[in-house]
Amino acid sequence: MSESATLETLNAVTATPYKWGFSTDIEMDMAPKGLTEDTIRLISARKEEPAWLLAWRLEAFAVWQKMEEPDWARVKHPPIDYQDLHYYAAPKKKAGPKSLDEVDPELLRTYEKLGIPLKERAILAGVEGADGEGDRPQVAMDAVFDSVSVATTFKATLAKAGVIFCPISEAVREHPNLVQKYLGSVVPQSDNFFAALNCAVFTDGSFVYIPPGVRCPMELSTYFRINARNTGQFERTLIIADAGSYVSYLEGCTAPQRDENQLHAAVVELIAHDDAQIKYSTVQNWYPGDAEGRGGIYNFVTKRGDCRGARSKISWTQVETGSAITWKYPSCVLRGDDSVGEFYSVAVTTNYQQADTGTKMIHIGRNTRSTIVSKGISAGHSNNTYRGQVKVMPKAHGARNHTQCDSLLIGSTCGAHTVPYIESRNPTAKLEHEATTSKIAEDQLFYCRQRGLSEEDAVGLIVNGFCKDVLKELPMEFAVEAQKLLAVSLEGSVG
Amino acid sequence: MLKIEGLTASVDGKAILKGIDLVVPDGEVHAIMGPNGSGKSTLSYVLAGRDGYEVTGGSAAFDGADLLAMEPEARAAAGLFLAFQYPVELPGVNNANFLRTALNAQRRARGEAELDAVQFLKLSRAEAKRLSMPDDMLKRNVNVGFSGGEKKRNEVLQMAILRPKLAILDETDSGLDIDALKIVADGVNALRGPATSALVITHYQRLLDYIVPDRVHVLAGGRIIRSGGPELALELEASGYASVVAEAA
Ligand SMILES: Nc1ncnc2c1ncn2[C@@H]1O[C@H](COP(=O)(O)OP(=O)(O)OP(=O)(O)O)[C@@H](O)[C@H]1O
Ligand SMILES: [Mg+2]
Repeated sequence: MSESATLETLNAVTATPYKWGFSTDIEMDMAPKGLTEDTIRLISARKEEPAWLLAWRLEAFAVWQKMEEPDWARVKHPPIDYQDLHYYAAPKKKAGPKSLDEVDPELLRTYEKLGIPLKERAILAGVEGADGEGDRPQVAMDAVFDSVSVATTFKATLAKAGVIFCPISEAVREHPNLVQKYLGSVVPQSDNFFAALNCAVFTDGSFVYIPPGVRCPMELSTYFRINARNTGQFERTLIIADAGSYVSYLEGCTAPQRDENQLHAAVVELIAHDDAQIKYSTVQNWYPGDAEGRGGIYNFVTKRGDCRGARSKISWTQVETGSAITWKYPSCVLRGDDSVGEFYSVAVTTNYQQADTGTKMIHIGRNTRSTIVSKGISAGHSNNTYRGQVKVMPKAHGARNHTQCDSLLIGSTCGAHTVPYIESRNPTAKLEHEATTSKIAEDQLFYCRQRGLSEEDAVGLIVNGFCKDVLKELPMEFAVEAQKLLAVSLEGSVG
Repeated sequence: MLKIEGLTASVDGKAILKGIDLVVPDGEVHAIMGPNGSGKSTLSYVLAGRDGYEVTGGSAAFDGADLLAMEPEARAAAGLFLAFQYPVELPGVNNANFLRTALNAQRRARGEAELDAVQFLKLSRAEAKRLSMPDDMLKRNVNVGFSGGEKKRNEVLQMAILRPKLAILDETDSGLDIDALKIVADGVNALRGPATSALVITHYQRLLDYIVPDRVHVLAGGRIIRSGGPELALELEASGYASVVAEAA
């Protein structure tokens, strides 16, 4: 084949239709479209929230109304009409099912399509007693089915360790002091346009608290899904690791296929006290839009970790393959002396996807260290931008950063961009930045095929090799899932 | 095993192979020698099915099947192996994992059972040992940071593990020290049998002391201009290509 024929094959491979596109029909309780103070009052009332939280939301709303949507990212989309969205949707309340037979078959089919193991399906669907002895490694799951958490599991084991893991709306009721103390302490209401919107209207998400000295006895995992037509999703996640504790949190999601763009503006706040460690891993696979770029999720996320205590550590690991637009910069504020921030990222864009993602490492404390490893893979007509900021404040003596930023291009119609911002206000800081751009070479593919691999397997192998430094940071089960996801996302895109 | 008739091929519109006729019967080893740029690597790429190497005429049958109609991976599964003149680096791809994936892909295509990790480990360790190659070669990334000689040895290790019916070695001896040369020869000789064949491309008679070929062919200007027994290699070593080429012209 000539080079152009090769490119065609490549494009055909990347242009695989979204494999997990589906929509579930379950009766919804929905707020009317539009966003006013009344919408916020309704959300707050439905959630039976205390007065301080309603006031906090309204404050955020006031701030948001004065803000403008940011336009500095390398993403383009038609204007979003914020009055044309539903801001609250909840599956109608039913009593907990006694067995899988009682679970809505629609929901089970959804889980089946997602490839969720049978046992977990029961747990996710909230079947009583489904969370007993298991033959799989224990993973506690807080399923966010649309806006309301349908099921929370493994509660007993976690409670024994003193770990709190529940929907944030429940935490507001059960642990108001903790929530009030930490909510917005990392990402304040006025932080940015999308975060302000989230503060005003967030409907659910997860809350985690690990008490001092406790190593969380299991990985915590949440499956987020977007399921209601035209419903913006505003998750709020708050994770607090108290002194000397450790927690690993997994977040993964797939979404039903649909033809209208969907807004998603989540906020994740992490707080690590002295000697505490938080590992936050994400595999994101939302509907990216069709081959022409129609539809798909707009994902505007604010994720930030605060290494508040000395010697604390926060690691972000993400594998981003979905969404029409990804706008996401998981960051670390390295406040405590000797604290460590890490960011490991794989972002794949195909067809007309746009990703503008990266991280911010803000060095405030002495001897703070950060590591950034970003792997961008672009195919088709997509655009993949790494945007990273490393900032060293005057008191951050001995701060260190190492940034490795690699791009892999598949075909010649896609783009990869690297935008590093480096600002050092302390002369003792050492900052290193390395960047590479490469292509999957024809000779690599031929070499693999000569050994018997199909073109797709060859691409999968090469891409996984390219991403190895990031994938090895994921918890085992997730790493396998992520590898599959990479292969599936790039199916048809390489030749 | 392999029957090539009137094969012509071009690269980027430029005719390189200008009518190759070559038959390699089952169980035979044939050597191909020839000046730089004569089309030896081109022939090996055409047989393996590389993109950009356009067949413009003739045929090639592999065990009776139309080789030129098959995808490269199907040719591999059918038992054709090419040891590259310039082995390719695959950053981040573990050599053992690469080989197991390749072997299992071939086995799947042939309807054979796949090897699990333990079975593969046994097989690969045994082959590495037989070829006096350090185990750690299997743990490293494919050809990344390998010396020139190590890359060639890695090709032979792959060949030993994949056990092809027809092995094409493109200058696998170039750049090897004398011990490595013997290892490569041992690798090829170990594969020899009534149902396997090899096509050995080389510039040096030296290799043919260890791998004694059944036939030697001289490729020049995209054609096989002379064929003979092992003594032809000795003659070329002594007098160079010029006289052979002149004779054929
Ligand atoms: N992509 C290409 N474009 C143009 N010419 C090419 C291309 N690839 C190979 N050739 C030419 O084809 C001819 C044969 O090359 P080939 O690599 O097959 O030679 P060879 O016999 O293997 O030589 P060597 O002994 O140096 O390895 C050479 O003249 C080479 O320049
Ligand atoms: Mg050559």
